[in-house]
Amino acid sequence: MNAVPPPATLKSAMPADSQLDVLSCTTAAPAAGPAIIQSERGQRAVFCGLTGIVWLHRKIQDAFFLVVGSRTCAHLIQSAAGVMIFAEPRFATAIIDERDLAGIADINDELDRVVNRLIERRPDLKLLFLVGSCPSEVIKIDLSRAALRLSRDLMPNVRVLAYSGSGIETTFTQGEDACLASLVPGLAAETAAAPKSLMVVGALADAVEDQFRRLFADMGIAHVSFLPARHAADMPSIGPNTRYLLAQPFLTDTARALEERGAVRLCAPFPLGAEGTTEWLAAAAAEFGVAPDRFEAVTDAPRQRAERSVARYHERLSTKRIFFFPDSQLEVPMARFLSRELGMQLVEVGTPYLHRQHLAGELAMLPSSTLIVEGQDVDQQLDRCRAAKPDLVVCGLGLANPLEAEGIATKWSIELVFTPVQGYEQAGDLAELFARPFVRKQLLSPMLEDASCS
Amino acid sequence: MQLTVWTYEGPPHVGAMRIATGMKGMHYVLHAPQGDTYADLLFTMIERRDQRPPVTYTTFQARDLGGDTAELFQSAVRDAYERFRPQAMIVGASCTAELIQDDPGGLSSALNLPIPVIPLELPSYQKKENWGAAETFYRIVRVLAGPSAPAPGASRPERAAGARPSCNLLGPTALGFRHRDDVTEITRLLDRLGVTVNVVAPMGASPADIARLGEADFNIVLYPEIALPAANWLQKTFGQPLVKTTPIGVGATRAFVTEVARIAGIDAAPFLAEESSRLPWYSRSVDSTYLTNKRVFVFGDATHAIAIADLAANELGLKVVGLGTYSREFAREVREAAARHGVEALISDDYLEVEAKIAEQHPELVLGTQMERHIAKRLGVPCAVISAPVHVQDFPARYSPQMGFEGANVLFDTLVHPLMMGLEEHLLHMFKGDFEFKDGIAPSHLRGEGSRQPEPQAETQVERQAESAEAAIVVANDHPAKLSAATVATWTQDAEKELRKIPFFVRGKARRNTELFANENHVAVITVETLYDAKAHFGR
Ligand code: SF4
Ligand code: SF4
Repeated sequence: MNAVPPPATLKSAMPADSQLDVLSCTTAAPAAGPAIIQSERGQRAVFCGLTGIVWLHRKIQDAFFLVVGSRTCAHLIQSAAGVMIFAEPRFATAIIDERDLAGIADINDELDRVVNRLIERRPDLKLLFLVGSCPSEVIKIDLSRAALRLSRDLMPNVRVLAYSGSGIETTFTQGEDACLASLVPGLAAETAAAPKSLMVVGALADAVEDQFRRLFADMGIAHVSFLPARHAADMPSIGPNTRYLLAQPFLTDTARALEERGAVRLCAPFPLGAEGTTEWLAAAAAEFGVAPDRFEAVTDAPRQRAERSVARYHERLSTKRIFFFPDSQLEVPMARFLSRELGMQLVEVGTPYLHRQHLAGELAMLPSSTLIVEGQDVDQQLDRCRAAKPDLVVCGLGLANPLEAEGIATKWSIELVFTPVQGYEQAGDLAELFARPFVRKQLLSPMLEDASCS
Repeated sequence: MQLTVWTYEGPPHVGAMRIATGMKGMHYVLHAPQGDTYADLLFTMIERRDQRPPVTYTTFQARDLGGDTAELFQSAVRDAYERFRPQAMIVGASCTAELIQDDPGGLSSALNLPIPVIPLELPSYQKKENWGAAETFYRIVRVLAGPSAPAPGASRPERAAGARPSCNLLGPTALGFRHRDDVTEITRLLDRLGVTVNVVAPMGASPADIARLGEADFNIVLYPEIALPAANWLQKTFGQPLVKTTPIGVGATRAFVTEVARIAGIDAAPFLAEESSRLPWYSRSVDSTYLTNKRVFVFGDATHAIAIADLAANELGLKVVGLGTYSREFAREVREAAARHGVEALISDDYLEVEAKIAEQHPELVLGTQMERHIAKRLGVPCAVISAPVHVQDFPARYSPQMGFEGANVLFDTLVHPLMMGLEEHLLHMFKGDFEFKDGIAPSHLRGEGSRQPEPQAETQVERQAESAEAAIVVANDHPAKLSAATVATWTQDAEKELRKIPFFVRGKARRNTELFANENHVAVITVETLYDAKAHFGR
């Protein structure tokens, strides 16, 4: 029944003897293990950090994201959000125009005017992010100063923060990192007398967050918070007794900011798949002294459920060769999950940026000599991909249809970011996302493949 | 600084991409940061193209800014030439690169590539997508067709006896609204009329094809937003006359044929006697009487908005209650058209303003872009998309041109299908009390759209939406749209009850009209009497 081989590292992550592991990976980045890490420079085909607004504005329900940028920035968010206009969205762009550039209009006055108009329209807002872009950075608009000034005027009703989602500094998911990092200095301080607490860091779907909350509660971990919270007023507090678990692999700056506030990172792989989720939970359990049998009792049923639902796709996916183009920084944990729990073979794992320390646990779990490519030169990578003829390619929206047209099955990486995939109950869904292209191929008449496209 | 929620047009370099991607053998090197590569997905996802757009981005990063972004640009041009071997290239900067002033034109000409390299200056902080497309096409045409220009003052050589007249079709691009099918339809039409198409450009044309634009007898400007500057230059340089009538609708198509025939020196009469569309009969047939004077709001790019408004009014008998465009370059033309329909033109690229204007007019049908589709959905008003900006559904699998006689057939269906069918509407009126006609259940053609809205505060009950368009906006949006009635009279219980007997999809209008009537006549309390007085007053 259980097609998943028992994960080898599971034991070491169990509460009883995992303390050492935890320590070792917080102190130094271990050697990258058996993976081969190459870096590449050239043309990238990745979104910029502004894209994060598409999910962050849904996550923080009383926040507004105001990009200070160009028409391109406005068009990017709109295209990434797919022109799916729900209600009036809680994001907008203050488009810099000629008058601003020529100095005819004072940029700060203009910004104040735009923000005031916005606040008038949306009196329900509690948190306003000024989001920097390439143009605002190149012309050196100081959005942090502007945020301080506006905050002074608008507090206590609205707090104003600033971060950069610019393409010259951030790729795709790094926008979330920058956003969360900007929240950290404003978190309420806890003293050394505060009870030890756990903070889960990184935007998760609300349903996933609730599942984790229940699991931690059942383990008896009393003080658990999530960053970001769903409302501005509910952001967690922080202090020397805060232990934090990263739920996402791209939170470099946020982690640094949390550590500056005294919080301590718990080292763990990321909660993707049954194994990743178990290890991730185990890291918290170890730190909070949860007894091994209690941990077992709490995680046993959901873990088995996850294993069963993943196993359903094992036959279809095992031995299939997969190639990742860099996109969300979720590539390495995804690759680990696919290789260990589904038996897929990793041809190349591209990632825009590799945080060796945060990913130490993940790297150690990859099959030996996995090829990881950090950065991108998209044309070269396409050459390699075509030569390798993988069974499945994970790539951005710009590449997917052209590769399909060449007969290469694809999975768009943005779907992996927009779908709840973390935790036990989503492990099967995650596997299904990768299986779907194969299922689809089987369903469609072979005749369709010969007929040329458009 | 302009606060923008949604934009109708992308930046001008996206317009340039639409030109390059439509062409063959052309490559675009764009000095731009990595995020700007999002534009690829417009073509590969929305238009489902099976190839990447022929665009190389330099994707410079912050750490490159201190160093040599110029060198980065040059190596990108060199590599792109080596890899793709295009017949010609365009080079330029996106908004960010414009600020760092690297001079893509100068840098690439220093490379001495053996192909024409055309520099583009597209001011990102002033101009937008359609302007960028028009400017790019104009530059390409000048550089590539320029060398074969006749000496100034030389007259066009006479067409050889017996040769068919020929023309160029100018304006279709990648990501254009139904451009693919319009070109097919108009090419077929011209062929039957006896006119040969020399070159279609930019879509499908190679640089070599652009070089022979001057060989045609005249030019047809299918999409003025894109082709007008190039066509004007061709007229001046090659003495090629322009056909500017947009063949959308039966009347306009006939006028187009007449104009083409006149310029080509052929007789259109036999063709016009034979060719036709089903639209005229469908429109005259009795089923269509329910369309009479239905209120329609039209918004889009100038070409489509003007043509569709004329078609709606003259060929379907609808009443145009609003007409507008986001193409400021064509504000004058849209104002003239609006005047013909007795309305004031809305020239705006502010989505929120467009939304407020639509709500204010209480249309029964909205003909607009993907943006207006969302507005209409929220207001519970049927809608059809007639113009870019586009989405996946605007690239249908079936043949569906907007232009020519077949285009008129397509438009009849497009405009009429979102509405309830004539008898369906009558039955709902008569048997309002039928237990199966539930308020709040959307008619079948509106269902699905509303049920998908994940936004909690979005009002999904069609009844409410239909009952008060303004209120729906306020609820859905927290949008301080001004309520039109300054003081609203109160309703007696009986009048409210009577009002509820009116089908939900016209109830909003009945309520509004009654309140307006009460207001104008200083009636403070609305009774059943007032309701019917108002009905008599506004009766249609
Ligand atoms: S997934 Fe398809 S429908 Fe959704 S935004 Fe992208 S292109 Fe549009
Ligand atoms: S890459 Fe820069 S200019 Fe382009 S959309 Fe992103 S922030 Fe805006």
